[in-house]
Amino acid sequence: MNTMKQKSSENAQPASAERRRFMSVAGATAAGLAIAPGVMLVEVAHGRPEDQPASSAVRWGMLVDSTKCATGCNECVSACSTENGWTPVAESKHPKQAPQWIRKLELQDPLTHHETNLPMMCQHCAEPPCVDVCPTGASFKRADGIVLVNRHTCIGCRYCMMACPYKARSLVHENLHDTQKPDVPRGIGCVESCTFCVQKVDRGDGTTACVEACTAAGHNALVFGDLNDPESEISKKLREIPTKEVRADLNLNLGVRYHGI
Amino acid sequence: MKRLVALGAVILTAAALAWAGADAPARTGGAPKPVIVKAVKGERCVESNEFMRRNHMKVLNHQRDETVIEGIRTKKFSLKQCIECHASEKTGSVAASKDDFCVSCHSYAAVKIDCFDCHSTKPQGSMAMHPLNAESAHYAHKLAATAGSKISAEEMAKVAR
Ligand code: HEC
Ligand code: HEC
Ligand code: HEC
Repeated sequence: MNTMKQKSSENAQPASAERRRFMSVAGATAAGLAIAPGVMLVEVAHGRPEDQPASSAVRWGMLVDSTKCATGCNECVSACSTENGWTPVAESKHPKQAPQWIRKLELQDPLTHHETNLPMMCQHCAEPPCVDVCPTGASFKRADGIVLVNRHTCIGCRYCMMACPYKARSLVHENLHDTQKPDVPRGIGCVESCTFCVQKVDRGDGTTACVEACTAAGHNALVFGDLNDPESEISKKLREIPTKEVRADLNLNLGVRYHGI
Repeated sequence: MKRLVALGAVILTAAALAWAGADAPARTGGAPKPVIVKAVKGERCVESNEFMRRNHMKVLNHQRDETVIEGIRTKKFSLKQCIECHASEKTGSVAASKDDFCVSCHSYAAVKIDCFDCHSTKPQGSMAMHPLNAESAHYAHKLAATAGSKISAEEMAKVAR
């Protein structure tokens, strides 16, 4: 824990001009949305009634604080695999084809040798390239910003995998022989990726398996919440600390933001 | 005697017409009639048996789009709920053996569905003993072990919980 504290102070440099510009835009967006739906937002955050569709008043998002993301820790990845029933790469008979809804990256600056840890997964873009290229409309963005594959109409062409700048999607290559979790159907010939634990979100848990695991492990590197609700923990954090989008140059307006990269 | 046989034939035909309601497989010659395993939960289905026999595929298809695309999670026509009630006591599944609920009828009517390529055939809660889940539970522990010194004692304690 000590080393982590040290790390975060190392990284507490003044925000660059670019970061400040981004923060002011994000701030303005949050403020604008605060006025419109009012009380509704609070209700939705506690889980909506089961007969109500997902609402665009909410935009789910995640904040990754890479300064708190521990070297060698894989809690988020194993929690995701347990919750969603996919076999981890290390356990797979065919590691190169193994599903990866979330993966840990350890990056090193070649000049300073400074190490950065972070989980990489679907960034839940507001303008998702995977949706643009899908020939059947199976790749889609739900009203609340979660980018999903409708496996009922996915034909497994993998265009979306090629289009994704984050290498976030994978194809199920093998028959799964009824090993799926009842809440998380997945199957051969379909593309899949992080769903922000849509089954948990719709149940009203208000969090994802990876965030729960990271918090339980005491790292607190992940925050999940409603980006449209200015009072949510994630919105407050985003106001406080400088964050970046990965490949911000692509202008995809990501739902996942990183601090300390 | 002839009259009796004729009467028998009439009864058998009537029974055949009502096949779907029969508890036991009634053999009347030709293809064996489908078995309708009694639901383990609930007094009756979410709609009348007649409605369900004819329309279950329509309501399921409608439900899947509402749930996946819009996020509506009503229980009534949810496939997960069908499985909760209709999984057989013997196999714990709706589609593991030829007499299971979603199989017997379909093989009689030569219907092939792919739903269970993806959807679990077993109700929620029956998965704890599944080898895949057991593997995943061990995985965190293994990882912690291979990461060696970098994981603290507290973290190890947490993983081994
Ligand atoms: C509350 C428990 C329950 C749920 C949920 C449920 N069923 Fe049923 N279902 C029953 C019962 C009880 C019967 C009456 C027959 C029996 O006793 O097994 C039945 C009968 C049926 C029948 C007619 C069988 C026959 O006799 O020909 C069909 C078809 C059927 N269900 C399909 C479904 C489908 C599809 C779903 C999901 C959308 C579903 N059921 C959900 C309990 C349930
Ligand atoms: C290629 C994989 C795949 C196949 C095949 C598939 N599904 Fe699904 N299905 C899914 C996924 C993924 C979900 C989303 C689960 C969620 O978000 O909870 C889903 C959700 C559903 C739902 C809503 C959740 C529920 O349990 O009520 C229904 C209903 C459904 N599917 C019906 C069907 C039917 C009927 C078939 C067969 C004709 C079928 N599915 C075949 C992957 C599949
Ligand atoms: C009472 C007999 C019966 C039972 C029990 C039954 N089905 Fe069916 N099902 C049929 C018949 C008959 C058809 C074909 C109807 C047609 O083609 O018009 C069918 C068709 C379907 C279809 C559409 C297939 C297609 O190619 O479009 C789906 C999906 C389906 N059933 C799902 C289920 C599920 C899931 C269960 C178990 C919960 C189930 N059925 C239980 C008789 C049954």
